[in-house]
Amino acid sequence: MPALSQYLVLSALLFSIGAAGVFVRRNLITILLSIEIMLNAVNLTFVAFGRALGSADGQIIVFFVMTVAAAEAAVGLAIVIALFRHRESLNPDAFTTLRW
Amino acid sequence: MMFYLFAAVAVVASLLVIGQRNPIYSVLLLIASFGALSGLYVLLDAPFVAVIQIVVYAGAIMVLFLFVVMLLNAPHEDTEQDERVHPLIRRGAMRFGAVLAVALIVELWWALMKAGETGEFGNASVSSVAAIGQLLFTDYAFPFEVTSILILVALVGAVVLARRDPAGAAALRRR
Amino acid sequence: MSTLLVAQIVLTLFVFVMLLNSAAVMVYVERKVAAALQQRLGPYLVGPKGLLQPLADIVKLMFKEELRPRAADAFLFALAPIISATCAFAAFAVVPFGGETTLFGLLPEGLRLQVADVNVAILVVFAIASMSVYGIVLAGWSSNSKYALLGGLRSSAQMISYELSYGLALASVLVVAGSLSLTDIVNGQSGTWFGVLPRWFIFIQPLAFLIYLTAGIAETNRAPFDFPEAEQELVAGYHTEYSSMSFAMFFLAEYVNMVTVSAVATDLFLGGWHGPFLPESLGWIWFLVKVAAILFFYVWMRWTLPRYRYDQLMRFGWKVLLPLGVVNLLVTAAGVLYFAR
Repeated sequence: MPALSQYLVLSALLFSIGAAGVFVRRNLITILLSIEIMLNAVNLTFVAFGRALGSADGQIIVFFVMTVAAAEAAVGLAIVIALFRHRESLNPDAFTTLRW
Repeated sequence: MMFYLFAAVAVVASLLVIGQRNPIYSVLLLIASFGALSGLYVLLDAPFVAVIQIVVYAGAIMVLFLFVVMLLNAPHEDTEQDERVHPLIRRGAMRFGAVLAVALIVELWWALMKAGETGEFGNASVSSVAAIGQLLFTDYAFPFEVTSILILVALVGAVVLARRDPAGAAALRRR
Repeated sequence: MSTLLVAQIVLTLFVFVMLLNSAAVMVYVERKVAAALQQRLGPYLVGPKGLLQPLADIVKLMFKEELRPRAADAFLFALAPIISATCAFAAFAVVPFGGETTLFGLLPEGLRLQVADVNVAILVVFAIASMSVYGIVLAGWSSNSKYALLGGLRSSAQMISYELSYGLALASVLVVAGSLSLTDIVNGQSGTWFGVLPRWFIFIQPLAFLIYLTAGIAETNRAPFDFPEAEQELVAGYHTEYSSMSFAMFFLAEYVNMVTVSAVATDLFLGGWHGPFLPESLGWIWFLVKVAAILFFYVWMRWTLPRYRYDQLMRFGWKVLLPLGVVNLLVTAAGVLYFAR
């Protein structure tokens, strides 16, 4: 069974990949996908620590994180649809002016 | 050994997600990454979370993403001149973003090196689905109920935000 | 290698081959039953009583030309039938179809007739069913054709809508049985009441059985819920552009999904492999009989009922089946609490 630190390193790696995606990509949907990667990395940390400490709290928190991620993805995608309908572009740079 | 396999799949798939140009391939690669993570949860003796990950994340949220990508029929990310230049050298937001990403990675690496070698997993008791259920409805009952209201809010919000609303927009313009 | 390991491997291969055969048998049964319902003969030329008809169909499909539209996304076009077929077979891996058997004394200890004994088996079936949506939506998208895209989107929207009622029916059985493992649920249905009525969950949960079966028919895109792939409406829906073996894989996936839904329904509601007159180790015979009954019901439904229009279908799933499922779950939970005191 791999040590806890290996799971933490993997989680940190996934989190930084997600963060890099949010910072670097210029496509709204890919940015939302990168946020999902970050949330998954956090889930992995919770489950790993839950196992290491022998409590079910880790899995419960993961349950809530997943629900929140689902709600946030739904609302985020609805916003993306509304934005796309207005400007026909998924590039966040097209929405920098405060004028609608 | 299974850990390394799943970890490698998860990392490679995530890297490809942020590196892909076609958004549909990004979504499919992310599903592969979620599958690998589900395998990792099984290795961590959390079968319930593993299956819920497949049902909720890979089976529902990603279908939502896929539908939106297909409905919008978004063109591939514009292949401007910038794309062929390395992110750290590009102008503006991307250069800043790339620097931020590198800074985050360095910080995380430093934090993990400081922490030292955290121990092996002990023979701590593995929780069953029944235990999770009991905890959910006793200690965590309040967050559980709040989560259901959150989902209701998200449901209504998503429908309202994505609605093609000529009557509402016309009313706004009249004002 | 221990005999048990060899037996496990053989069992896995056996289940795989049996599922393939079941699809072929279903092709024949469907056509014969349809013919009987319509007062005609059905296939009778190929082999005695037309029994070799599925073989002829398979050979024909194998020799057809494999086409791909030029504008279709090649990778996704090839991937979609693979996803469909894989998920259909994988879902059956956790379904038990017999009690412990020692194969007439060949094995040192009992081998449970289940490929993988997982203690969250019901959830695994549900998870893999939700993954099979991807095969359809990717098939519709990658074909790059109007009919296929519309069919794919409608079909996948229908599947994810009926997944909710499916899950609620499963949850009701869970509350009564108290365990997520299919083996435990089946074993909870052994024995009889008053010596004559078997302890099947269908008698405790009749509404859940109906909801489950209806949602199962909708999940497998069978009539009367097969609007997205109806010939008169959408040419052939999401598999319009597919031919030869890719089409065969979709076909195969549909029939194996039907078999899986029937098998899970048998395990959950009809007592699995328990039945009178036969010992535990021959219980798979009863299992086969019950699954065959549900499959016959499937075919009967297809050729008897008219098709639902798409909006009627979605309205039924969201406004009728889902509230019924929720009410059933509430009443079940209340009942279990009351009778447990």
